[in-house]
Amino acid sequence: MEVCSSTDISLREFGCEQNLLSRPDGSASFVQGDTSVLVGMYGPAEVKVSKEIYDRATLEVLIQPKVGLPSVRERSQEQCVRETCEASLLSFLHPRSSLTLILQVVHDDGSLLSCLLNAACMALMDAGLPMSCLFCGVTCAINSDGQIITDPTAAQEKECRAILTFAIDSTDHKVMMSSTQGSFSVHELQQCIAVCQNASEKIFEFYRDSVQRRYSKTL
Amino acid sequence: MLSALRDKVGQVLLPGDTFVCQPEDTLSLSASARKDTAVCGPGLRRSGDRVTVCVSGLLRHKAPNVFWIQAHGKRYVPAKGECVIGIVTAKSGDVFKVDVGASELASLSYLSFEGATKRNRPNVQVGDLVYAQFLVANKDMEPELVCIDGAGRANGMGVFGAGGLMVKVSLGLVRRLLAPGSELMADLSGLFPSEMVLGLNGRVWVKSSSLQQTLIITNLLQSCEHLSNEQRRALFLKGQTGGAVTGSRLGLPCVHNCGIFMQKITEYFVLCIGNYGSKIGVLIASFEISI
Repeated sequence: MEVCSSTDISLREFGCEQNLLSRPDGSASFVQGDTSVLVGMYGPAEVKVSKEIYDRATLEVLIQPKVGLPSVRERSQEQCVRETCEASLLSFLHPRSSLTLILQVVHDDGSLLSCLLNAACMALMDAGLPMSCLFCGVTCAINSDGQIITDPTAAQEKECRAILTFAIDSTDHKVMMSSTQGSFSVHELQQCIAVCQNASEKIFEFYRDSVQRRYSKTL
Repeated sequence: MLSALRDKVGQVLLPGDTFVCQPEDTLSLSASARKDTAVCGPGLRRSGDRVTVCVSGLLRHKAPNVFWIQAHGKRYVPAKGECVIGIVTAKSGDVFKVDVGASELASLSYLSFEGATKRNRPNVQVGDLVYAQFLVANKDMEPELVCIDGAGRANGMGVFGAGGLMVKVSLGLVRRLLAPGSELMADLSGLFPSEMVLGLNGRVWVKSSSLQQTLIITNLLQSCEHLSNEQRRALFLKGQTGGAVTGSRLGLPCVHNCGIFMQKITEYFVLCIGNYGSKIGVLIASFEISI
């Protein structure tokens, strides 16, 4: 897929920290530029009989916004994160258990959904849950000139006519989840997917680096 | 594939990394029959002719052909044969329900104690600590514990815990303590004369000759996980000699039950000691270790 030469596959600076909370079984914090998310992961734990699934783990995702109570927007973000996590977790290894993922938005400066996805993936890795592949979230925006901007800030998102977020998996670099708003053509969609797949390589390298750093002190 | 696995021993692998059978792994008809099998331990899954990593961690190897992923984790998943510390939470009929920190309560029959018969029941109350091993532990069935080994002897298992303190640590720390020739264990046992029970579910019970020594041992244990050998020895030396517990703020009379470690807040190790009647919350004492 030919990518337009004017596209800019530059991502903001990432930062991540694992195992920073003492109570949850897994925790992580992911920072993309100024957007920052903190995640706590509990599981596999006891599940209420009404919610248990006989052959898989029950995954619950809760997103707390920075200000106010969770609303419909958070519910739709939760659904995106939950579908992605369920696709990559080997949940059949923990039937009749519950996995709870609680994400707290610390600051939102654009590309929030992709930051939530990245933080969720790091927390799942930190908790040691079995996964078939890793996933990462990449957001790109199409501005009025038709230029594709990856990892837009909030100011850039306001000016754009379309914002697309994709979750990409680490083994085949295929799209696991997509969430889009705005209007764009089919050709632009395919270009955005290609751009995001390229950008996901950087994020997976970053995952590998940060996990290596974490285990570098193991004796 | 064995060679590919061996090359990566000691490296950090992420979920999704795969090892495939290489063309040169195929055996020739003229070569003598040899078994080139790799035993995949926790963290590695076999699907068809490939081995996939499903947990992030270090690839470890034990001669001749056992490979597994060593991961940091805090949540215990029951496995058959492992010895754990459980807390008895309920008594339903002839079976005790034991909390082992997993996703389900494990069951412990009253007949699985040494010398227990229908007339001679073991003295187990709700809230007791038991050291038991898993007889049945898989993802499909309720975990079952027993306090006897195959020959019917207790072998160290059973009810215990009067006068000590149980704390929760990460699973990796317990495995390090139980590894043969562990320096961490040697350093800890050189601190004060003490008794320790280590459960593979991340629970450690410590009892020393005085409450302060018990607290010092548990606090040092929880803080030494990420220290290097030299830093740990320096810390232990300070804890043993210079570090004196400067006394409780609230002047508690005595400790009735095992204290449960609540949280580490900078230099203060907040300890929850029992529940006192109907008071909301729990009475806490904070001990400051001056190092």
